[in-house]
Amino acid sequence: MPKLTVDGIEIEVPAGATVLQACELAGKEVPRFCYHERLSIAGNCRMCLVEVAPGPPKPQASCALPAAEGQIIKTDSPMVKTAREGVMEFLLINHPLDCPICDQGGECDLQDQSVAYGRGATRYDENKRAVTEKYMGPLIKTVMTRCIHCTRCVRFSEEIAGVDEIGALGRGEDMQITTYLEKAARHEMSANVIDLCPVGALTSRPYAFEARPWELKKTLSIDVSDACGANIRVDSRGREVLRVLPRINDDVNEEWISDKARYMCEGLTHRRLDRPWLRKKGKLVAASWEEAFAAIAKAAPGKSIAAVAGDQSDCETMFAAMSLLGALGSSLLEGRQTGMDYDTSSLAAVNFNSTFAGIEEADAIIIVGSNLRTEAPLINVRLRKAVRRGAKVFLIGPEWETTFGGKFLGNDLSLLGNLPSEASNALKAAQKPAIIVGGGAIAKGAIPPALALASQFNLVRTLDDGSAWNGFNALHLAAARMGGLMLGFAQKGGMADIAAAKPKVLISLAADEMDYGPFAESLKVYIGHHGDAGAHAADVILPGSAWTEKKGTYVNTEGRVQFADKAVFAPGDAREDWTILRALADSLGVKVGFDSFEELRAAMVAAVPALGVEGLADYGSALPAGGGSAAGEIGMPVKDFYLTNAICRASPTLQRCSAELLHGEDYAEAAE
Amino acid sequence: MLADKDRIFTNLYGYQSWNLAAARARGDWDNTKALLEKGRDAIIEEIKASGLRGRGGAGFPTGLKWSFMPKESPKGPDGNPRPSFLVINADESEPGSCKDREIIRHDPHKLIEGALVAGFAMGARAAYIYIRGEYIREAETLFSAVAEAYDAGLIGRNACGSGYDFDVFVHRGAGAYICGEETAMIESLEGKKGQPRLKPPFPAGAGLYGCPTTVNNVESIAVSPTILRRGAGWFTSFGRENNHGTKLFQISGHVNTPCVVEEAMSIPFRELIEKHAGGIRGGWDNLLAVIPGGSSVPLVPGHMCPDMPMDFDGCKEQGSGLGTAAVIVMDKSTDIVRAIARLSYFYKHESCGQCTPCREGTGWMWRVMERLREGDADVSEIDMLQQVTKQVEGHTICALGDAAAWPIQGLIRHFRSELERRIAERSGAMQEAAE
Repeated sequence: MPKLTVDGIEIEVPAGATVLQACELAGKEVPRFCYHERLSIAGNCRMCLVEVAPGPPKPQASCALPAAEGQIIKTDSPMVKTAREGVMEFLLINHPLDCPICDQGGECDLQDQSVAYGRGATRYDENKRAVTEKYMGPLIKTVMTRCIHCTRCVRFSEEIAGVDEIGALGRGEDMQITTYLEKAARHEMSANVIDLCPVGALTSRPYAFEARPWELKKTLSIDVSDACGANIRVDSRGREVLRVLPRINDDVNEEWISDKARYMCEGLTHRRLDRPWLRKKGKLVAASWEEAFAAIAKAAPGKSIAAVAGDQSDCETMFAAMSLLGALGSSLLEGRQTGMDYDTSSLAAVNFNSTFAGIEEADAIIIVGSNLRTEAPLINVRLRKAVRRGAKVFLIGPEWETTFGGKFLGNDLSLLGNLPSEASNALKAAQKPAIIVGGGAIAKGAIPPALALASQFNLVRTLDDGSAWNGFNALHLAAARMGGLMLGFAQKGGMADIAAAKPKVLISLAADEMDYGPFAESLKVYIGHHGDAGAHAADVILPGSAWTEKKGTYVNTEGRVQFADKAVFAPGDAREDWTILRALADSLGVKVGFDSFEELRAAMVAAVPALGVEGLADYGSALPAGGGSAAGEIGMPVKDFYLTNAICRASPTLQRCSAELLHGEDYAEAAE
Repeated sequence: MLADKDRIFTNLYGYQSWNLAAARARGDWDNTKALLEKGRDAIIEEIKASGLRGRGGAGFPTGLKWSFMPKESPKGPDGNPRPSFLVINADESEPGSCKDREIIRHDPHKLIEGALVAGFAMGARAAYIYIRGEYIREAETLFSAVAEAYDAGLIGRNACGSGYDFDVFVHRGAGAYICGEETAMIESLEGKKGQPRLKPPFPAGAGLYGCPTTVNNVESIAVSPTILRRGAGWFTSFGRENNHGTKLFQISGHVNTPCVVEEAMSIPFRELIEKHAGGIRGGWDNLLAVIPGGSSVPLVPGHMCPDMPMDFDGCKEQGSGLGTAAVIVMDKSTDIVRAIARLSYFYKHESCGQCTPCREGTGWMWRVMERLREGDADVSEIDMLQQVTKQVEGHTICALGDAAAWPIQGLIRHFRSELERRIAERSGAMQEAAE
């Protein structure tokens, strides 16, 4: 714990801190461009220069200098002021003064810092440098003349994403940042470089010229594109969501989000259901709310009613449906649309128990049937960190291009009960062994044998330092899954039980991935927001809200309860889902026991107390014994990363990503 | 004048063959085993006592540098001990410097023997000789010489019968000046883009592949076996206090007989030029300025030169530096502004582009220099240029920023009147034309 002095303030800083961190701890602002907490230190922008004694009689780059006992640091001396002015002048001589037409304007580090630390006027009379644009794909717009060569984007793609996509060509003032052969950046997290870029060199292509940051309303929300529950900020203007940005949460998404999470919001203005529809003579025709409710009441379901939750349903919507069915005397609830029927009596057995932050510390990991890059890019980033710390990773399932190495053992579930010796030895030797069972494997019944493996290798243990370790992890794909399971949206036989009950009325809470075939005799009521598969099959369509248009509680795959806020109003006649279910109760002549969102939430928390507390829900550490065996090839549930739900499928940008980045080569071949 | 018996590089001019037999006849590889048997500490102490300062330009004491290497191999993350490395900097790209080239093509075995001795002293597992890409014939010679040494059992397993295993690898650069900077050289050796690293950590702690590494100039390494054989006392008998030894001087420019010559340190400039370079072209009154240590040091105006002792401290007292002792002599026929502008272009072209002041500043300085050459500037821009050089100097990761700034600072310090004359002349001519 070195003690040092910053501008006359004596402070003690943690061992291993840099001078820049010491200055921040002392409450002193140090300008910087290339330094970023989550990337390696480059020290190339030279903006963070401070005066340090003892040391050479010149300013030192504080981001790269270790803090040491007895240092006297000055951030406000004339030497530092001159140095900052000098560096700022150099950065600006070749930077275009096109702030009025630059999308970074208003949230630009260079703009802010030049006001705070720069000189008033330029002394540079020569011609400015111009740099040709580089193509970086459908998501990243480049204006490379604005680049200040901080190399944050290069370091992100090398260190966090784990793909060598972005690099620098040339040297000196001719140095240019580009992608390899100007091919599009293909990584699932590529658009994070837009947030990292301190200037307007890399901006969001779909968001180009849409808005200024000060016009936007910022709403805190949770991403629903996968089961990770990334923390996001929804920026909206009027009734339109214009963009989604990550929020910092070290436990969940650090400060990244996947490209899908970022650009899914574009689908919110396309293919929306904005009024009720009724199927008459095989065709959907526009209807009023009264007509739609009357049609459902006419079916008089009694207790012959079932509800299927979609992948993005919030807990409140699911609870409202559950209350409605309960009032009618039915408990036919299911959320696992694709027919999975794993045992849900112990939630710990279907949870990501080690937590995302915890998996970073695992030292031997078996991944069963999961392409993490497409199923949970945020966990993929964590695994890369684990491997950099020395973790050994083995994979069972179809091969895919990992960003962290690892060894593929084969694509046969029977390997779970019969691990090759190198994998079992690694698990035996590990302090913190872990297993991740992905969606593809869960569908093939991998949970019981995985539980057996967990007890064989003692994955739940108390560590030497007394802390608990639970290395058993199930990775879900739906944002609604853990919340649904906590509420009881699961039948013993899965969807097959619902179909076997032949309900008179089937309520679909935006369930677009299920098979409506077995429900030909049921009146299918679709409460959802997009005209996708579910709406096509429906008999009655009641327009609901997407996740940005309602408050809601979500539980991610590690059992973390998180609350999202409402950013905008749903379009047209669409309503918040819980109000639709509440009104439906009236037309069916039953009482659900709540008249406001607050009452609904209170009732939900009374039923499932864990949903009322933000943070990790406690499922206990005891795992069921499991056992049995599974065999056969594992399939990958995510066929197209960019088009996994109704909102993505409506987003022109993600359609283009899918076409260009995933199927571009097929198209090129077809054209020949 | 240095006596022939005191010369280290006895085949500097290539009158004899470079190969092993001839090198042995000149005394190289003579019982190297005995040198190694002195032990690591004794070798380092001897080099320290000799006062040898690094010949690559910065003049850091060589023995001290070797002593920074860890005595015990540090353990890697896997618990295995890490090897140490010696990297020999033969990327001689400084305009004016051409001494390493002469050593490599005419006396390569001095270098290879030095590599073994120095590598042994610092506990290195191998030496990497990073040779400049443009040195094609020199690299061929070096490859052959290394092969000869391997065949004779002088390096490799049980080098010279000492029981010490030591490999020498020759690596060819691709022609970037910046790869002569020690950490950029390490990056380049690792196969990465040649850009200097941040220090700390210093190479002695974490260098090539993260292992302890020392980077030394060719000349520093090549002289070390001779120092050990003849003793530190012999080496310190040359030169002034703190600047001992002999040194290769490379005299180019407006002298009658440009040459590379080994001389005692601290020899006065006039003596060096008169004895070896045949005097200044057109006599001493015709001397305009001298760059005493390669393009990166400030120039010294002619009248300050004759009595300047040619050593680290002597050149520093005149506001310049000895650098690599690449003496560039300019007589009064030189367009001094154009000469410095050309150096500015060189630094603009060779800047790696990593850090801001150098990337942006070198281009700016060169453009202003080009205008000053024609006088197409305002007098106030001379002060602005001076400020810009000060904004670059000392603000960069490596010393290239300083090297780009110093020649211009030297020009403004000593030839400001010339710059102002050109500006006045041009603006006068413009006014005349306008009338």
